[in-house]
Amino acid sequence: MSNFEKLIEIKNLHVSVAETGILKGIDLSIGKGEVHAIMGPNGSGKSTLANVIAGRPGYSVTSGDIVYKGSSILEVAPEIRARAGIFLAFQYPVELPGVRTWQFLKSAIDAIRNENGQEELKIRDFDKLLEEKRQLVEMDPDLVRRSVNEGFSGGEKKRNEILQLALLDPSLALLDETDSGLDIDALRIVSHGVNIFKSPEKSILIVTHYQRILDYITPDYVHVLVDGKIVRSGDSSLAMELEEKGYDWVKDGAGEEVNP
Amino acid sequence: MQEASLMANKYEEDFDNLSSISPEWSSDLRNKAMDTFREIGFPVQRKGNEKWKYTNARPIADVEYSPAQFEKIDSDYIKSIAPWHESWINLLFVNGYYQETFSGNLSTNIKISNMASSDLDANLSRTVGGIMDYSDDGFAALNTAFMSDGAIITVPEGENSEIVINLIFFNQGLSDTVNHPRVLVTSGANSTVSVIENYVGGGGDRTFTNSVSEIYVGENATVNHYRLMNETDDTYDVGYGRVRIDTDGTFNSRSFFRGCGIGRYDLNVSVEGENASCDLQGLYFTNDAQHMDNFINIDHVRPNCQSNLFYKGILAGRSRAVFGGTVLVRKEAQKTDSVQSDKNLILSPHAEVDSKPALFIYADDVKCAHGATAGNIDADTVFYMRSRGIDLEVASRLIIYGFAGEIIDKVEIPELRSYLAESFLSSLPTHRFEF
Repeated sequence: MSNFEKLIEIKNLHVSVAETGILKGIDLSIGKGEVHAIMGPNGSGKSTLANVIAGRPGYSVTSGDIVYKGSSILEVAPEIRARAGIFLAFQYPVELPGVRTWQFLKSAIDAIRNENGQEELKIRDFDKLLEEKRQLVEMDPDLVRRSVNEGFSGGEKKRNEILQLALLDPSLALLDETDSGLDIDALRIVSHGVNIFKSPEKSILIVTHYQRILDYITPDYVHVLVDGKIVRSGDSSLAMELEEKGYDWVKDGAGEEVNP
Repeated sequence: MQEASLMANKYEEDFDNLSSISPEWSSDLRNKAMDTFREIGFPVQRKGNEKWKYTNARPIADVEYSPAQFEKIDSDYIKSIAPWHESWINLLFVNGYYQETFSGNLSTNIKISNMASSDLDANLSRTVGGIMDYSDDGFAALNTAFMSDGAIITVPEGENSEIVINLIFFNQGLSDTVNHPRVLVTSGANSTVSVIENYVGGGGDRTFTNSVSEIYVGENATVNHYRLMNETDDTYDVGYGRVRIDTDGTFNSRSFFRGCGIGRYDLNVSVEGENASCDLQGLYFTNDAQHMDNFINIDHVRPNCQSNLFYKGILAGRSRAVFGGTVLVRKEAQKTDSVQSDKNLILSPHAEVDSKPALFIYADDVKCAHGATAGNIDADTVFYMRSRGIDLEVASRLIIYGFAGEIIDKVEIPELRSYLAESFLSSLPTHRFEF
């Protein structure tokens, strides 16, 4: 890989949806091995940030840049971003009727391997890998044989996202409200999956409304997003403080700004 | 009806010629049917013609066809264009006429005859035409009038056979010819049988296949029926399936249609015995200027019966598909449990489906539901796949194959299932969703 200091650098990013400004100048850098959390009230633009990095269509970047592994990715198709190691765990994972989970995951892993000049995974090796990761997220073996997410409960869908994270082994994991709708057991399992993934080589961006998931996955940095701008940054203690005082506390512009 | 008479004129001479060679037992049946055809002609009327509302029969009716003649075909060629397996009983019909049975495991108690056979059992011949009511149907009347060969399958009482009977009707594709395949399946009480009907072939010239199948499901019997239509764009294909289910009987139908010039399958299932059930599932795909019409009626006559009607369509090009599914629950048919749905995946802005599920309920204690959907794939679905590194081509293929797979997976004969998943599915239009 080329010599870049940060895995991803988001520079003065402005994003609109249907002419409405959502992100209004975001600056954020994530280094290798770092865990960042973006917190913010509903409608602050935090999910938009995760989706724009992954390349979801429908958003227009009106100014600024996203530099990943040393190059701008604004013009790069989402599948190419994925193959380069960007992974988005969806807030609302999509059901794919008729598309078998096995086939879907095999296609994904082979696409990534092809891009990196590797051969397609042999079926036996893939099955072994899939079984290992399935056990990690304690997913019902029957679900792997079914259509992707079809008829899965909310918790099962989120586990399936983490299963895919473990299997595809990206460089950057974007977790978009992965904790929403999870009971305490599912949250524990999902967090366990993320913590296993966590390493000095991997970077994580957690997008969340609540501090709850951060009890399980400790962030190195916490950023508070309000109305499309990062209004405060700090360490994990900022999340605790937010939990205590609520978002009104930062909205009012109280406290001093800290940049990592 | 002057127009009807004019059209019938084209067929008079051919009818007379056929009468001199056709089996004795069929002459009454054929004469009556010809009388009906003379009277009603083809259903070409556009106004108030509910049965043919979305399909114009005029292009089929206007051609002056000559009857297709038998010609021997190399069975190795047939094996390359139709599903078959050495463990099945495979019967080949060319242009409507029986040629041979190949690779068949013939040690069975099931009686399989071809209609034109000189030693056909008189008792069997009497049952032909017992279910097909052609009084209001010119195509079915014409098939009956020109009936000259076909398959008669009789399953004895209590015969629980794993045997698959594979009927291959090959249309050789000679210009402006018509062939009239005919099938009769009679299953005795407590029996089980699986029958595949294939309509294959056609060529680069205009041809017309006009078939009728009658299926009688006996008391507590099961008939697994498969129907495959895979003909060329220059073929017109009109087919009728007429089914009666007796007490505790089960009829499972899986139909697969690749679009042709004009294709139409009119399936009518009469659930006549108590505790009887039918499960009708189908998959159609159309491309270019093809047209496919599925016209299905389920008639619930007696109480405590179930029916499931589930069809899916994939449409590309400028093609057009029609789904007319009607479930009738008569007053005596209490405790009927009926579900019907038709789902369409539309790959092109120029393709169109007319999907009309309908329910007529005259009983007051029933459980019925129906629905239809037509649509493209939403952007979220495609983005989800791309976000995992899967490109548009592979994503589109997984989505389309997945959509079709839901029906193909319901095929219980493993060799047929593989055939459909490989050969049949590969003729799906290649398509790339754009987002």
